[in-house]
Amino acid sequence: MRKIMINARLIACSLFTALAAVSAADAASGEAKAVKHNHWHFAGPFGTFDQNALQRGFQVYETVCSSCHGLELISFRNLGDKGGPFYLPSCPAGIPDSVDCANPNENPVVKAIAANYKFQITDGPDDGGEMFQRPAVPSDRVPGPYANDQIARLANNNALPPDLSLITKARHHGPDYVYSLLSGYEDAPSTVEIAVGQYYNPYFHGDMSQNLKPEYVDEQGHPEDGVEVPLGGVLAMAPPLADGIVEYTDGSPQTVEQYAADVTEFLMWAAEPKMEARKSLGVVALIYLVILAGILYWSYRKIWADAH
Amino acid sequence: MSGHPSTYNPSTGFEKWIDKRLPIIRFGADFMEFPTPKNLNYWWTFGGILTVCLVVQIITGVVLAMHYTPHTDFAFASVEHIMRDVNYGWLMRYVHANGASMFFIAVYIHMFRGLYYGSYKAPREMSWILGVVIFLLMMATAFMGYVLPWGQMSYWGATVITNLFSAIPLVGESIRTLLWGGFSVDNPTLNRFFSLHYLLPFAIFGVVALHIWAFHTSGNNNPSGVEVKDVKKDTLPFHPYFTVKDGFAIVLFFIVFALFVFFNPNALGHADNYIEANPLSTPASIVPEWYFLPFYAILRAITFDIGPISSKLGGVIAMFSSILVLFVLPWLDTSKVRSMRFRPVARLWFFLLVITCLALGWLGGKPAEGVYVMWAQIFTAYYFGFFLIILPLLGIMETPKPMPRSIADAVLKPKSADAAPAGAVPAE
Repeated sequence: MRKIMINARLIACSLFTALAAVSAADAASGEAKAVKHNHWHFAGPFGTFDQNALQRGFQVYETVCSSCHGLELISFRNLGDKGGPFYLPSCPAGIPDSVDCANPNENPVVKAIAANYKFQITDGPDDGGEMFQRPAVPSDRVPGPYANDQIARLANNNALPPDLSLITKARHHGPDYVYSLLSGYEDAPSTVEIAVGQYYNPYFHGDMSQNLKPEYVDEQGHPEDGVEVPLGGVLAMAPPLADGIVEYTDGSPQTVEQYAADVTEFLMWAAEPKMEARKSLGVVALIYLVILAGILYWSYRKIWADAH
Repeated sequence: MSGHPSTYNPSTGFEKWIDKRLPIIRFGADFMEFPTPKNLNYWWTFGGILTVCLVVQIITGVVLAMHYTPHTDFAFASVEHIMRDVNYGWLMRYVHANGASMFFIAVYIHMFRGLYYGSYKAPREMSWILGVVIFLLMMATAFMGYVLPWGQMSYWGATVITNLFSAIPLVGESIRTLLWGGFSVDNPTLNRFFSLHYLLPFAIFGVVALHIWAFHTSGNNNPSGVEVKDVKKDTLPFHPYFTVKDGFAIVLFFIVFALFVFFNPNALGHADNYIEANPLSTPASIVPEWYFLPFYAILRAITFDIGPISSKLGGVIAMFSSILVLFVLPWLDTSKVRSMRFRPVARLWFFLLVITCLALGWLGGKPAEGVYVMWAQIFTAYYFGFFLIILPLLGIMETPKPMPRSIADAVLKPKSADAAPAGAVPAE
C-alpha cells in the first residue's frame, strides 16, 4: 500500500511521465491469453448440470487430479445428492426394496465409490491409542492425497496444489479459466527459457518477461526493441491431461478438450452444488414478485384515483 | 412524536384501557395517519426500501450467526458449511451478501435524492445529520461483515483498512492495536469484528427511529421544496396512499435483488474471497467491495505530503472528510431554495457531482498509478469543491426560477416539474 503510494507520487508529477508509466506498468505486469469460452450446460438462468458430464468429470478428477489436489469440502454423500453426479431417483433393478437409493447414504453407487476410493480415511485413535486406516463411507469427506501442506509442498517442488472444491468460484471467469488452463498447455515460444519442473501455459497469470532468454533482454533487464513478451506464465503443474488417459464407457470422445470440459463441469458442481435448487427457486420467486408487483400497482392506481 | 394532532379515538374498552397506560395503539395509528405531501415521487420510496433492507439483513444475519464459527481456523469452512449443509443456508448467505450491496445502492440513491431536493435544509438538519450517522454505521458494519468469511479479500482488506488508523498522530498505533486485539489481523480481530457486526445493526435500528422521529417532527420534504401550507390540500395520510406506493416500489426493488441472489449471486463479490485467508500470500490487487470504491479512490488520490502531513495521513483525512463534510452541508448551502428543480445552475453542478462519484468508484477499482491517480485527484478536488466552494457561492450568485405557491399548485401544474431528474415520476 505504502509502496504503491510512493510509486504513484513519483509518477504523478506530470501527465507525460504518467502516461509512459501506465504503458510500462501494463507491459511489466504480464498478461494472460483471453480465456476460451466453452458452451456450458450450466450457463444461463435455466442452465442445469449435465449428469453424464458430472460423472465423467468425477472420473477425470479421481483418475488424474486427485493425485495432487484435494476436494476437502465434498463428502462422498454429496455425490448422491439431488443434482449430484450419482443421484438415483429410484433404485436400479436388483436392489432390495428396503433400500432408498434417493438417500445418498444408501445410494449403492456412492457406497461403492467411497469404499473403493484410491485413498483411505485415517480414523482413530482406536482402543489401543493408535490411528488406523479404513475404507471410506458416504458420510466421509473425500480424502485428499496429502496429510498436510508441508508434505504436499515437499512432493511438488515446493508448490502447493490448491484444493479444488471452490476453484471455479475462486478465479475470474472460473469455469472458462479452468477449462482453458487444462486444455491450453503449449510449447513455450523460442524466446523464453523455462526451468526444469516448470511448465508454460498461455492462460496462467504470470510474467513471461522474467523468462526471456538473455539475448532478448537489454542491460536493464527490459525486453529488446521488437521482442514480444509471450502471454501467460509458468506454473509447477505439468500438463495433466493427454488424449486417451481416462477411459470413458459412454462413448464420449477421449480427448484433452473433452476431459477438460467434463472435469470443469464437475468442479463447478463441487463449488456450487445448490445451483439447480437456487435457479429453480429463483424462477418461482420472480414469478411471485412480478404478480405481486402487478397487484400492488393496480391497488396503487385504484387508491390514488381519488387523491385529488 | 408524530408531529401532528392525534386523530385516534379508542373505540373499545380495551383500547381505552391501553390508551391510558401505554398509548402504543395511538402511536401506531398516528404514524399511519401521518400527513404526507401528496407530490412525493418514486425517489422518496427509498426510505421504506432501506428499512426493509435493514430488516432483511438482521433476519438473515441472525440465522447465519447460528451456523457461523468466528475462529480463524473454522470461519471459512463454516461459511461453506452454511452453503452446503444448512437447509437453505445458501439462500440466507446469498441474500445477506447481496443484501449488503442492495442496501448501499438504496442508500446512495436516498442520499442523492436528499441532495437534489435540499432535504438537508432547515428545519430538517437533524434528519440529515442522523442519516449521515446511519451511513457511517452502515459502512463500519459492512466492512466488518466482509471480514467474517475469512477469505483472502476479507483478510487483506481488513489489513489495509485497519492499517490506515496507524496514520493518526500520537494515538494511531494504539488504535490499530486495539482494533486488532494484538499485533496483526488475527483471531482476536475476527472475534471482535463478529461481535461488533452483530451489535451495530441494532444501533442503526435505533438511529433510524430517531431519523424518522426527526422528519415526523419537521414533516417530509417534497419534490417542490415548498412547505406544506394546507394539510387538507397538500397532504395525504401515509396509509394507504404511501404504504401502497412504497410497497409497489419495494417489490420492484426485490425483483432486482432476486435477479442477483438467484441468478448471479457472486457478480458483486471478488473471486479471491473464495480462497481462504493466507497471511503469507498477498493477492495481486487488494480492492474493497464496490460500495467503498469512491472512498478508496479519494484515499489513494492524496499521493503528496502537505507540510507535516504525510501522504498516508492526508489520504485518511481526505477519505474521512468526504463523509464528515456532509455533517455541515446544511450550513454550507446558502440557498434558501430547497429543490434543485428551481435552481437551474446548481442542478448542473449536482449532476456533475453524481458523475464524479461514479467516476471515483470506477477509479477506486483501478491500480493507483499513472493517469488513474491524476483523474482521482481531479474528481476528489471537484467532490470537495462542490460542497465547500460551489454550494456556498451559488446560494448568493444564482437566480432561482419562480416557485409554486403551494404543493397543491405544484401538482396541478405539472409543467413546473419538468426539471425532475430522468425517471422521477411525480405522484399524480
